[in-house]
Amino acid sequence: MSAYVVRRVLSMLLLLLLLSLVVFILFSILPTDPARLTCGKACTPEIIEANRHRLGLDLPVMQQYWEFLKGLFVGRTYAANSPDPINCSAPCLGYSFRRREEVLILIKDGLPTTIWLALGAFVFWMVAGISLGVYAAIRRGTWRDKTVMSVSLVGYSLPSFFIGLLAIFFIIIKWNLLPYPSWVPPQENPIGFLQTMILPWIILAILYAAFYMRLTRNQMLEVLGEDYIRTARAKGLPERTVIGKHALRAGLTPIVTAAGLDLAGLLGGAIIIESLFSLPGIGSLAISSVNDSDLPVIVGITLVTATFIIVANLIVDLLYAAIDPRVRLG
Amino acid sequence: MSDQPLLRVTDLKTYFPVKSGGLFRRSLGQVKAVDGVSFDVNAGETLGLVGESGCGKSTTGRSILRLIDPTGGRIELDGVDVTDLSKKELVPFRRTAQMIFQDPYNALNPRHTVGSIISGPFQVQKVDPPGGVRAAVQELMERVGLNPEHYNRYPSEFSGGQRQRIGIARAIALRPKLIVCDEPVSALDVSIQAQIVNLLKDLQEDFGISYLFVAHDLSVVRQISQRVAVMYLGHIVELASRDVLYSRPLHPYTHALLSAIPLPDPDRQKQREQITLNGDLPSPMNPPSGCVFHTRCFRAQDRCKVEIPELVEVAPGHVLACHFPMTDVVIGTRIEGPNSGLVEMPHRDVEAPSEVIADMAEEGLGGPVTADYVGDPDRD
Amino acid sequence: MSDSTRAFLDVRDLTVSFPTEGGLVHAVEGVSFSIERGETLAIVGESGSGKSVSAQAIMGLINRKAGHISGEVWLNGQNIVAMSDDDVRKLRGSEMAMIFQDPMSSLHPFYKIGAQLSEAVRVHQKVSKADAKAQAIDMLGRVGIPDPKSRADTYPHQLSGGMRQRVMIAMALINSPSLLIADEPTTALDVTVQAQILELIASLQSEFDTAVVLITHDLGIVADVADDVAVMYGGRLVERANVDDIFYRAQMPYTLGLLSSVPRLDQVTSDRLDPIPGNPPSPINLPPGCVFQPRCSYSHLVGGTTCEMQRPELLQINADHFVRCHLDEAERVRISTEVTHVFHGGQA
Ligand SMILES: Nc1ncnc2c1ncn2[C@@H]1O[C@H](COP(=O)(O)OP(=O)(O)OP(=O)(O)O)[C@@H](O)[C@H]1O
Ligand SMILES: Nc1ncnc2c1ncn2[C@@H]1O[C@H](COP(=O)(O)OP(=O)(O)OP(=O)(O)O)[C@@H](O)[C@H]1O
Ligand code: SF4
Ligand code: SF4
Ligand SMILES: [Mg+2]
Ligand SMILES: [Mg+2]
Repeated sequence: MSAYVVRRVLSMLLLLLLLSLVVFILFSILPTDPARLTCGKACTPEIIEANRHRLGLDLPVMQQYWEFLKGLFVGRTYAANSPDPINCSAPCLGYSFRRREEVLILIKDGLPTTIWLALGAFVFWMVAGISLGVYAAIRRGTWRDKTVMSVSLVGYSLPSFFIGLLAIFFIIIKWNLLPYPSWVPPQENPIGFLQTMILPWIILAILYAAFYMRLTRNQMLEVLGEDYIRTARAKGLPERTVIGKHALRAGLTPIVTAAGLDLAGLLGGAIIIESLFSLPGIGSLAISSVNDSDLPVIVGITLVTATFIIVANLIVDLLYAAIDPRVRLG
Repeated sequence: MSDQPLLRVTDLKTYFPVKSGGLFRRSLGQVKAVDGVSFDVNAGETLGLVGESGCGKSTTGRSILRLIDPTGGRIELDGVDVTDLSKKELVPFRRTAQMIFQDPYNALNPRHTVGSIISGPFQVQKVDPPGGVRAAVQELMERVGLNPEHYNRYPSEFSGGQRQRIGIARAIALRPKLIVCDEPVSALDVSIQAQIVNLLKDLQEDFGISYLFVAHDLSVVRQISQRVAVMYLGHIVELASRDVLYSRPLHPYTHALLSAIPLPDPDRQKQREQITLNGDLPSPMNPPSGCVFHTRCFRAQDRCKVEIPELVEVAPGHVLACHFPMTDVVIGTRIEGPNSGLVEMPHRDVEAPSEVIADMAEEGLGGPVTADYVGDPDRD
Repeated sequence: MSDSTRAFLDVRDLTVSFPTEGGLVHAVEGVSFSIERGETLAIVGESGSGKSVSAQAIMGLINRKAGHISGEVWLNGQNIVAMSDDDVRKLRGSEMAMIFQDPMSSLHPFYKIGAQLSEAVRVHQKVSKADAKAQAIDMLGRVGIPDPKSRADTYPHQLSGGMRQRVMIAMALINSPSLLIADEPTTALDVTVQAQILELIASLQSEFDTAVVLITHDLGIVADVADDVAVMYGGRLVERANVDDIFYRAQMPYTLGLLSSVPRLDQVTSDRLDPIPGNPPSPINLPPGCVFQPRCSYSHLVGGTTCEMQRPELLQINADHFVRCHLDEAERVRISTEVTHVFHGGQA
């Protein structure tokens, strides 16, 4: 088991390395000129050239990549020879000249918001999706099942910006049920935090809940036809044990997989919801840095998101083995 | 025609590699599914191949038809060595040898009509039957007991027995000389099973087809075969003509197998002595040393753990791989202690072992040789 | 209704049908039989003849929303059909238990076998976890699992097919039920393992004085273990008798057809088997008269359209022999002698 984890972590690192290289090369061949962006209105070719040199952008791509990698481990100093060198300590993910801030710090600032958003929505959608899915499976073919499934289809097909706009318009603007969203960390103002987050959570959760409802229902229907469920009933177990223990456990594996990856994906930022509700998370950061062509930030976010997904993959595989004893890691 | 057999299999070996899952697949060893099997099938004859699940029956059948590539050995069909033929060279060979599968439900493509399923071999071999494909197919359908008017129906509209008939019609379309039947009746009800067994027998009489009949049901095998081979863990342990194998088997495993099957006759069943084998089949990845059966054999001695018994002909047409054959026991009678009257096979270096054993077998069988399996129920 | 004459398990006129999109499936119709403790009743019949559905109806395992059940199933004086779902559930696993055909898929793959057994204990007995575990280990030992203590901590996939069926038997018998229903318990196993399992069931049966209903299509197993036999065809019980009467004096043409269809291990009676022609009926479109009529080679002896149009009643021909057929007694005896004579090795 631990040997397996070590092996997986090593191959993860290798994967990340490859990924960072690909990202780096991709962005370096983009037509935008980062040096041009560092220079304000009064710009001359000389200043651009000077800046290019200062940022090390005149070096060959591979060397730039090497500097980037080195920065990750030992930190780096931009414009070392100029009067005001910029220090970016290890692990240095890059430096945004646009925002005059280290990329890592920008991401660190946005991360709590995104994590709170993702976790809250995750809880909502898992609870709603799984319980309604199980309910529909038990009542298969009845009008209740059909109602649940039609509602989920609607939830699945409504775009979240549309529901989000409706919610803001009615709940916040028209009926004044909630104050206008403005991010506060929960430890500072728990009530304000909840008031801000409740709508984003629900709206983000709707889409996922619809998906998990269908997944759970299909999974349960398949499992409920298995021979060992018949055995559980033949043992005289009450129906709630049959469903809640024997069937659910067996049906859980694909749900866990999907949940792990979805959660990891969300940790890389929920762009639409964050911008709609003006939440200063990774999603908002991503969108504004794309608008500004702030390459170092984009590269940083891409790598962080990829790391989340790769780590989630490993966790899902470990969970898989914990759930299903037939799965052997190795 | 020469007296050469239609099919000759010599020292056939089929091993499957076993690999671990995951990105870097490591080899964990191999399954010796078939490990040195030799036998002949004569023209117009049925050879039964029996044994427990996983002993390599299907793999043998599939290897012979080159549906799986054997690891070693030689397969000669109709005088041609087909062991190393390429895919392309195999095409004409498919006219000579065909296969019928166990599961009539999975063996037929559900999206094809019966007509196109049965005419498949004509198309593959680019054969134009006289009178046209449709007429030929309908004649085949009639021959196997299907209504020719159902030409355009789909397999799902047929019952299990009828689907097996479809499979048989397809197999005989090109009048092959050999059909490998892999458990063709195991999935069917008794009454349907009997219909199919009769059909296979009739076809054999009409067209002179040979069958390699793979099954685990020894009663069905007795009904259809002229000779029977018993497999255990990738090896043939005994092969004899039907009547000898069922009434005077010499291998302990054959005895155990026969005596484990309850007879549909309450009185006889109550009179029988049954040998109950302990334990389960060992893993084929890790077969026992010496005689592969020694972990479950009630006659095993020290010699069995170290020395592999060779397959020798102990009487004309009767081959056997056992150090301590059951020459002393008439099947169905009480075995006095596991090792009563143990007759030991000579060691490997003794010359002409077969004659010695033939004599021994005759001597050992000195008692009343019953002509049949449990013999006359009135006999005490 | 507390008559002491009622058999331990008494099934009366059991009828089960399932409404489906293709029409009403008459899975079981008017099936009656009874069995005492310590006895074995074998139910034989072709695939789809209603054997498993009958068994599941007795166990109360048929979802009442999916299938209509009528008739009576008296177990130890209580009518299961009339009881509430929860009351039947309490009998399941304690008074009556069931094992199934496929031991591979009948155990939950994610739980250790010890846990699956102790769970069965704890639904029905108020005992501690440790006690339940101890009972589980004890029971595993009694069904012949070597080293039961450490085996209790293994998962089903780590056991062979025969071992899993032993675990299923242990789980079924752990609360000492008085009725065990075994639905083709050895069909998925090798013959040498089948012999072990049948032996095990028989020895536990005599130990616990259990009534056993054994479902099978193997006449050899019937001859080996049954006291009584119920033959089913097209959802009906067509003949019922003690095991000797079935094998030596059967009278219903379907039973006789079954006998002539089986190849025998101990003799080759003739070169050709004598199978029943045709295929079993669809449970949606059962023939209006005798369900076996389309395949019966004796119905001409009855004459007219009686067999096609009229359902035969279950006729009692002696104390425990029942036959559902329009043929008159003399004819039945004649064909019975003919067929059984050949089946048991005589010349035709
Ligand atoms: N494609 C394969 N890859 C790996 N192992 C295989 C493969 N096919 C068969 N085996 C193994 O080879 C052995 C022999 O299998 P085979 O199917 O020939 O047995 P069999 O005698 O036909 O059994 P059954 O009665 O269950 O059909 C088994 O242990 C099986 O697990
Ligand atoms: N839930 C169900 N819904 C509809 N039809 C059903 C249902 N369960 C069983 N049937 C039908 O009832 C008939 C009897 O089925 P049953 O399973 O009792 O047969 P069986 O005698 O046990 O056959 P086998 O030997 O194949 O197990 C079959 O035609 C089957 O298709
Ligand atoms: S060689 Fe030995 S172990 Fe093998 S079958 Fe013969 S007596 Fe048994
Ligand atoms: S009632 Fe008629 S059709 Fe039915 S079994 Fe008897 S003779 Fe045959
Ligand atoms: Mg096979
Ligand atoms: Mg069944």
